[in-house]
Amino acid sequence: MSAVIDSGRRRFLTHSAGAAAGLIIGFNIAKSGTALAQAAPPKKPGLPPVNAYLSISPDNVITIQLAHSEMGQGIWTTLPMLLAEELDCDWTKMRMEHAPASIVYAHTAMGIQMTGGSTSTWSEFDRYRQVGAAARDLLLRAGAAQFKVPAAKCSTESGYVLYKDQRLSFGSLAAAAAKLPPPTRVKLKDPKDWKIIGKPTKRLDSPEKVTGEAEFGIDVRLPGLMTAVLARPPVFGGKAKSVDDSRAKAVPGVHAVVTVPSGVAVVAENFWAAKVGCDALKVDWDLGPGATIDTEALRQEYRNLAATPGLNAAVAGDISASESAKPVVAVDYELPFLAHAPMEPLNCTAKVGKDSAEVWIGTQFPGIDQGAAAETLGMKPEQVKINTTFLGGAFGRRATGSCHLIRETVAVAKAAGVPVKVVWTREDDIRGGYYRPQWFHRAVIHTDSSGLPRRWDHTVVGQSILANTPFASFAIKNGIDESSIEGTFNSPYVKKTPVHRVALHSPASPVPVLWWRSVGHSHTGFVMESLVDELAHAANQDPVDYRRKLLTESPRHAGALNLAAEKAGWGTPLPAGRARGIAVHESFGSWVAHVAEVSVENNRIRVHRVVVAIDCGICVNPEGVAAQMESCVVYGLSAALYGRITLKDGRVQQSNFHDYQVLRLQEMPVVETYVVPSTEKSGGAGEPGLPPIAPAVANAVYVLTKKRLRSLPLDLTQT
Amino acid sequence: MKLTVNGAAHEVAVPDDMPLLWVLRDVIGLTGTKFGCGMAQCGACTVMIGDQAVRSCVRPVSTVGDRPITTIEGLKSQSGLHPVQQAWIDADVVQCGYCQSGQVMTAVALLGAKPHPTDKDIDAAFAGNICRCGTYQRIRTAVHLAADKMGGKT
Repeated sequence: MSAVIDSGRRRFLTHSAGAAAGLIIGFNIAKSGTALAQAAPPKKPGLPPVNAYLSISPDNVITIQLAHSEMGQGIWTTLPMLLAEELDCDWTKMRMEHAPASIVYAHTAMGIQMTGGSTSTWSEFDRYRQVGAAARDLLLRAGAAQFKVPAAKCSTESGYVLYKDQRLSFGSLAAAAAKLPPPTRVKLKDPKDWKIIGKPTKRLDSPEKVTGEAEFGIDVRLPGLMTAVLARPPVFGGKAKSVDDSRAKAVPGVHAVVTVPSGVAVVAENFWAAKVGCDALKVDWDLGPGATIDTEALRQEYRNLAATPGLNAAVAGDISASESAKPVVAVDYELPFLAHAPMEPLNCTAKVGKDSAEVWIGTQFPGIDQGAAAETLGMKPEQVKINTTFLGGAFGRRATGSCHLIRETVAVAKAAGVPVKVVWTREDDIRGGYYRPQWFHRAVIHTDSSGLPRRWDHTVVGQSILANTPFASFAIKNGIDESSIEGTFNSPYVKKTPVHRVALHSPASPVPVLWWRSVGHSHTGFVMESLVDELAHAANQDPVDYRRKLLTESPRHAGALNLAAEKAGWGTPLPAGRARGIAVHESFGSWVAHVAEVSVENNRIRVHRVVVAIDCGICVNPEGVAAQMESCVVYGLSAALYGRITLKDGRVQQSNFHDYQVLRLQEMPVVETYVVPSTEKSGGAGEPGLPPIAPAVANAVYVLTKKRLRSLPLDLTQT
Repeated sequence: MKLTVNGAAHEVAVPDDMPLLWVLRDVIGLTGTKFGCGMAQCGACTVMIGDQAVRSCVRPVSTVGDRPITTIEGLKSQSGLHPVQQAWIDADVVQCGYCQSGQVMTAVALLGAKPHPTDKDIDAAFAGNICRCGTYQRIRTAVHLAADKMGGKT
């Protein structure tokens, strides 16, 4: 335990947050118990409490509390960059920790502690710089007091306060700095003075991730910890009717079999015993209505719905006026359910006591997970401590409003009476729902004499992600879940079309759905960029020139488009058998264009090269942005070429990576990333690179084969 | 049953058919080797038995015998990181990092067999290692980088 100062409220607290003794500027965890069952409106605070975010040890190690979870996107590096830019510290002495669940770490725009929506960098751009600047101000004043000179005569450099030829380390000043009143305002550096922001910077979490030392949720070890594997209902919404656990209990190492709402848990000394025990269970399931779900039937239902009036998300001009001309494009597009399939299967560890509980979980939602665990256990949120580990990939899957994983885990741990780590098998993951919804689009488009769209009638059908979540009350307006249609109603092509309508149907189903990397844009990007390519070819115009005509009022779309086209050598000859396709899409505050170079052999689509141009405003870490573009291309290509979850009689027909295939190294295209220089506010990077990849590839396939593939995954044998 | 892991002898009392992965993780406590699929589809569990990369999630522990097992934890030496680990850092490969123990072990085994691998060799060696974050391009770069640094030495 170490005494730490809550400078915001001028009182002392104690904690045992695992940091080294000798903390000087410490963590504020006063409100760590405050759960946020639902989003609170974002506050407009003064300066963030410095000591909630960083501590400085006497040996000059800077420990930073991260308000966001590291799931591969690189925030473990970006937030320290922002802070260090203003603090002027020694970059080699940074240590990062995921912050505990606390309102102090609530998202600056969303009001809950969360990681998602490609928001981490821009939402923390001010806060982490302010923390760094405020800490620097404290240290500078502490140093000046020791030098007995005015602070204005001192400066800082790489972890030291300087006065003439004398210097004092931040570590030696931290105790004195902590006793000073924190500044009420700070002046942030002029961008021209930035030394870190904008410089390609290597990741700070590499060393522990290449040695096996990084702790993911699945690696948590505790005295007496047992592992649980659950038998889960074969269809969504099913419940265990009766359980014969005699054979399971006879498996050596099995400690207990407990039934919880989500299934029957076999709790054992290790994963293998739990798995063997689970396989030996005999469970009679009450299947319920989920047993009739069939993706082919859903396709037909969606098709039928598209022919009926939906809710209008956007209307311009007289869309109901009779139209005698034949549309240039009257087509349907379809996309399947998709599983996120992060490399680390879902898992969660809980130790439940009488009056408190502690949980270890790789989560995007520590705040609401805390509330959900407390609710499940009949405790108050402050009785539940959440430890966020590294996330072995997430892509949205570890951000569930239902908090099903933590609820399941604390229920099993409580029933079993021992600390338990629940581990999902890969089959549990692929068959466990929380999918990207299945989507259907119908577009009827008329063009004018120059070939540009004059009437665009667009209908979208698919499950709402936000319905029945804690976010529904403020995220669904007039029945319209904007995440279903983002990228359509606000598309520059649609807005440029004088007469247009975007309508939405949101049929419900027992299949749990969830945001999947790029959310609505994962389908709308494909559809819109394929449609505009269809229009360009119908008008006999070059796809880049055609888009330029529609993007005259969308300069950032045009900027990304032009940079990608230029760097890819658009219009220059390619080796025989190859063609280029292009797509540009805005999402999460960034504009991304891809040019894909593609060949087709025996109906097999091969992507050789992808040239990426991104306008993400101020680019804090170009190295990280390039990595995210590569990541988006791979994740998007997996979906474009392979991804498909189907159900028959309520059963998910895929189960593991052999039948839910993803891109492998030998299929990796060369990806080149170019960043549009910008001084605008930062946008996202984790998702915006995904939406344009599928259409860029499909548009190239069209050039090669004259086949317009209007469904994903792209399949030349189906046309 | 006796196992030699990273040069250390371990006596484990486990069923013969228990996959090596779970013996390493849950019995011996070496959690650097990861569970990804349980059916040799993703490579997250890759370790070396002798000089061969194997998928420990489907390898019954009783079939290992007295051959030495090397896991990600066994690569570091007193002189520091293994050149493959250093190359991974230099090429800024990792993202979430979960698959990287298996990727690094695959690289070490490849470079042991082929000190100067071609892109085709890399394609073949890594065909069984999935990365959902999409670090493949940087893995390729890092393997070449490590090969250059090691100069044929393993």
